[in-house]
Formats: sequence, structure tokens, C-alpha cells
Amino acid sequence: MSKILELQQLRKYYATQKAVDDISFNITKGSIFGLLGPNGAGKTTLLRMITGIFYPDSGEIILDGKKFDPINDIVKIGYMPEERGLYKKMKIGEQALYLAQLKGLSRSEAMEKIKFWFSRLEMESWWNKKVEDLSKGMSQKLQFVITVLHEPKLIILDEPFSGLDPVNANLIKDEIYGLAQRGSTVIFSTHRMEQVEEICDHIVLMNLGKKILDGTVADVKQQFKENKFSIKLHEIPALTTNESFEIVDQKANAFTVKIKEGFRSNDVLQFFLQQNVTVEGFNEILPSLNDIFIQLVEGTKSVSRAFQPIQS
Amino acid sequence: MNKIFLVARREFLSRVQKKTFLLTTILLPLIIFVFYALIIYFSVKTNDNLHIAVADEANILNGKINSRDDISFDIIKNESLESLNKSLEQKKYDGYIFIPSTYNLMGKDSLQLKSNKAIGIITREKIQKSFDDVLEEKRLLSLNISKAQLDSIQHSNNRIQFATISGKSDDNTKAGISYAVGYISGFLIYIILFIYGTMVMRGVMEEKMNRIAEVIVSSVKPFQLMMGKITGIGAVGLVQFIIWIVLVFGLQLLLPLLFPDLLHQMQGQPIQPAGIQAAQAAQQLKANGGMNELMNSLHQINFTLIIGCFIFYFLGGYLLYSSLFAAVGSAVNEDPQDAQSLLLPITMPIIFAIVIMTKAVNEPNSGLAVFGSLFPLTSPIVMMARIAHGIPEGVTLWELLLSMALLIGGFMGTTWVAGKIYRTAILMYGKKITWKEMWKWAVRKS
Repeated sequence: MSKILELQQLRKYYATQKAVDDISFNITKGSIFGLLGPNGAGKTTLLRMITGIFYPDSGEIILDGKKFDPINDIVKIGYMPEERGLYKKMKIGEQALYLAQLKGLSRSEAMEKIKFWFSRLEMESWWNKKVEDLSKGMSQKLQFVITVLHEPKLIILDEPFSGLDPVNANLIKDEIYGLAQRGSTVIFSTHRMEQVEEICDHIVLMNLGKKILDGTVADVKQQFKENKFSIKLHEIPALTTNESFEIVDQKANAFTVKIKEGFRSNDVLQFFLQQNVTVEGFNEILPSLNDIFIQLVEGTKSVSRAFQPIQS
Repeated sequence: MNKIFLVARREFLSRVQKKTFLLTTILLPLIIFVFYALIIYFSVKTNDNLHIAVADEANILNGKINSRDDISFDIIKNESLESLNKSLEQKKYDGYIFIPSTYNLMGKDSLQLKSNKAIGIITREKIQKSFDDVLEEKRLLSLNISKAQLDSIQHSNNRIQFATISGKSDDNTKAGISYAVGYISGFLIYIILFIYGTMVMRGVMEEKMNRIAEVIVSSVKPFQLMMGKITGIGAVGLVQFIIWIVLVFGLQLLLPLLFPDLLHQMQGQPIQPAGIQAAQAAQQLKANGGMNELMNSLHQINFTLIIGCFIFYFLGGYLLYSSLFAAVGSAVNEDPQDAQSLLLPITMPIIFAIVIMTKAVNEPNSGLAVFGSLFPLTSPIVMMARIAHGIPEGVTLWELLLSMALLIGGFMGTTWVAGKIYRTAILMYGKKITWKEMWKWAVRKS
């Protein structure tokens, strides 16, 4: 698979802090990529460099095989920042038209695309309304349309679901899948892990300006699994201790076991089967991204903007 | 470039299409016009006719003193002070002047006017003038200067004709008009800088607080956004201004129609400061033979030059300051109060310029005026005061060209500096930005 974006040793230091410290990763075309990290990990700074708002202190950004050129490549990118807003007094249609034209679309092109998206998301009646008349969720939807309107190759969404009700969140989620299927790549920054687990193919976890995890969701989970299994038995067996595992948790006839090193899941099953107990369920417990996240980030005491200090 | 145009167009249209734009553009000059018309009207018009008795016991006036339009003097004889007081109480007169029989024309005694109510300052002047005229004549006559001699003295012309070496006449009418034109245009630029400067600042603050700044900055360079905003609002200002000029000239033509005897009435009246220039000009006009003189003086003033320079300095000054206002706007966080303290360093030179301008309009070639008209932060205001006096009387051509060049250099400099501050500050949330930090951003290398 070809890569849409390559980051190579990207650095951005502020006066007293390292906001982004030597970050490299690649994003494959058409994938949905999750950029995770606690508040103040440097995600927004990183995204601002990818969108050309900030210049990196050092390092390279390669977009679609070529060195990123902020002025001409802007049309290839759609960015929905976390700090987002619209002109409150401007009519919605005009506003969408204006922002699309700023992206480099001609007036007629922009008009056509706005009509398409507005009808797709059932927003046609909004055209002459003002943003101040919209609810937060509605303006979020509008913001999403404005971001993807010009069919960018790379879509960057910073906390896209905040403030959306489940219905609209699903609607946007489906659109994100759709965009990825049509060849766009989506970078998706959030600290809501359940959404990441559901949507993303590939994740990178940042903390204190550094990359601490990089891989597909399945890989990461494998990497952090603790060999825990849940086993459900028909009745509680007489014997529950064995050298192959220890019981971590027991709820009536449902057990959570941790398999000791050197043993396999089959050893556990065999132990119960030998006692002639009916096994009703047996499956591996993989850690949730949430657990992994907390495990990795906890203890680093990142409150807000807790970048590493620069040692002079 | 294209994006600057897009931003500018939005800024322009979103302001021009507002109802308040139409209201302020058309109503404001009307209100100012009506206001001034009322001031002139009331200062010219004295509604009550004053009736003053002159008890000339010394028989100095020979039974003759000229009454004026709104003050009539009655010479009465053989009345005692008591009876005069009595008639005053009975409101037979509004006041009386008692000239005692011992009054010495050449002496230092002063006359006293008693009235039953306070007399306005303008009317007082008029009464004084009437007595000055008549007493002066009597004194001269008592020195054996005959009436004929007196007339010939009075009719000989001792008025100095001012002219400059370039051969243009520089009479008082022209000086008065130059003064007024310089003062008004300097003041207008001052007001423009503030109105449109704060408009730019509020626009930037709005974008920052709405959180749309980052959305836009992801498709437009911050500098383009800033320049677009400045250009768009500048265009609004220009359009508004052209409408105002047209309206003001139109209304000016209406003024004499509304007050046909305005100029006539103004003659010889000391009008209070608001109208002092107009009054002086009008006075001069009367003395020197009317409308032709005014037209001549107006021809002496190079209006093409003044309007041309006005537009140049208006745009130059606006561009110079608006980028600074934009930088301040970008640094303001949630609290609009912050803007106040950040604005101070910008408003100081503007106010300084106004002070220099009031001096320069009198003495266009003083050292202070020359400095003020060259220094880019003050030149838009100060230079207008000098240009009104014409080239080369008020300002030499090379000074004008140098000042223009410096202004262009100045606004490129401020725009560059402001652009750097703006770029960083517009995305900075939740932190109060100080001048020190802004200075750091401005000087650091990009």
C-alpha cells in the first residue's frame, strides 16, 4: 500500500517546552488513522504542522510522495480543528461557499459540492439561516461538511464527535467510512478510546511530545495482552487450582483466569474437561485501548501542556 | 493574491450590506450638518431686541448714537438716577447708561450700563463697539481733527497685503481657509485612523473568539487573512468617505439657501470658537468686496492637490495603523478589556500627531511641523495641515515626496512586524499576551 503521509523526525520546540519531539510515522492511503494522546501531548501542534499552519523546527513532511508545500498542497487537506467556529452572523450557505472558495474551489464548483453535501446530510433548509440559529451539534455537522467539501486526499479531524448526539455521531461515522472507501485518508485525533477502537485501522499514541506506540489496533492489543481468558462453566468444579493458571476473578460459575508462562489455553481447557465439567464459553480477554492508554500514560503526570522541559 | 481578494470581498460585503452601514453613512453627515446649522443659527440669531436708554447729562453724544439691528439706543435728558432706576424696574428699558455731567471725554472714567437682566456676551461686544465708535470720533474731533480729515484717515487703506515670493497672494481669507482646510482634513484622518483601526481590531478579535481563525488559517496564510481584512475594511472606509464627501458638498450648497442672510449677519460679530474660521472668512469677505474675493481665495487653494494628498495619507495612515490594530486584536483573549491596555502604545502617537497638527496648521514650516510631517507615525495627520497651505508655501515638494516615501516604507514595516505577531497570536488561546511577548515574536526570525 502506498503512503499518503510520511513524517520524518518532526520537531517543534516552544520557548520552554518540547511540544513535538522527534516524531516519525507513516500513514497508508485510504486508511483511518487515530492519533491519540492525553490533553497537552502535542497532538494539536503536530496536526498544525501537517496542515501547514506551523512550520516544524526540523524534520520532513512528505505528502503523497512529495515534500509538503503548505501553499499549494492546502487544497489536498481538509482540517477540522478542535478550536472550531464559524462566523455567527453570516448565512450558512454563503459561509460554506466562502470557505470552499478559500480552499481554492471556483464558485460554481463550490456551489455544486455544497448542494450535494447539504442534500446528503439533509441540510438544504439551512442555506439562509445564520450560524447563531444553529445548535452546537448542527454547527458541528456544518463544520464537517466544510472540511470534506473539496474532497481532500487527507482529512484531519480533531475531536470530530464532541458535542454530537448518537444519531448524528453515527451519521458522521458513516461518512468517514465512506470517505475512506472512496480513497481519502482520515486522521482522527481524539482521547475517546472506544471510538478509536471502533473506527481506526492504525493508531499512534503520543505523550509528552513523543511517540510511545505505533501499530494497528489488533497488533497493539496483541502486544499488550496479559494472557487472560474468561471461562464459563456449567457448574462450579470441585477442583479449581492448577499449575497452568491462576484465577483472577470469579463470579458464580464465570471465571477470569490468567494463564501462566509456559502454558497454553488448551492446558486450561483440558484441566476442566478432565473433571467432566461442561465448558459453556471460553474466550481471550484482550485489553481495551482505554486500558492500554491509561497504563502507558498514567504516572507521567501530564496535566495540561505537560511537554518535556528543555534541558539547557 | 486571489485569496486576499476573497477575504477582502467578504469583509467588504459583510459590512456594506448591513443596515447600520447605510444608516451611519447617510445619517451621520446629516446629523453633523444639522448640528452645525443649529450652532450657526443660534450664534447668529439674537432673539430679543434690546432697548437701552442713554442719559447723556454731559451732552457728549450730541443727541446721536447709531442704533444697531437688535439694539436700539434712546437718548434721554434730564432724568435723575432715581427715575432711571424706576423706569428700569418698570421695564420701560432693558438697561440704561448714565453719562454724568462731570464726564470727561479724555479722562479715564468708565461708563456703566445697568440692566435688569444679564446681557449676553455678544450683545455686550456690540454695545461696546457702538460706544467705541462714537466716543472715538468725538475724541478726535475734540483734538481739532475735522470730520473731513477723519473721513480721509478712515478711508485710507492701511491693510497689509500678504504675498509670497512665488507671486501668489496670501491674504487673510486664503490663510483662514488654509487653516480651516488643514485643520479639518488633519482631524478627519485622525478620526478615520481610529474608526477603521478599531474596526479591523474588532474584526480580528471576533475571528479569534469565534474560533474560526484556525479553520481559515488552515486554508489561507495568516498574513493573507490579515491583509484581506485590512484591504476589505479600507475599501469600506473609502466608499463611505466618497459618499460623505458627495453629501457634504451637496449640503454645503444648501447652506446659503437655508440661511440667506447668514453671511450678512455674521459681519462684525465675534462668533465663538466653533465658527471662528467661518466668521473670520466671512468678515474678510465683506471687507474685501464679497464673493469674488472668496472665489479667488478658493482658487488659490489647490484642491486637487489637497484631495489627492488626503486620499494618499488616508490610505497610507490607515494601512500603517490598521496592521498594528490587527496585531493587538489578535493578542486579545476572552476579555475585551485587555484591548485597552494593549492599545495604549498605538494611540499615543496618534494623539501626539493631533497635537503637532494644531501647531503645524498655524506654522507650517516650524521644526516640529517638519518633523511631524516626515515621521511616518504622525505624518498622515500633520502633513495635511501643511499641504493645506500649498506648495511651496506650506511644504516643499521634496519634503512631501520624502514624507510619502517614508510613509510607504513605514506601513510596509508595520505590516511586516504586525504580520509576525498576528500569525502567532491568532491561535493562542487562554493566555494573556503581553507587549513583551509580542515584541519577542516580532523580532524573532521566522
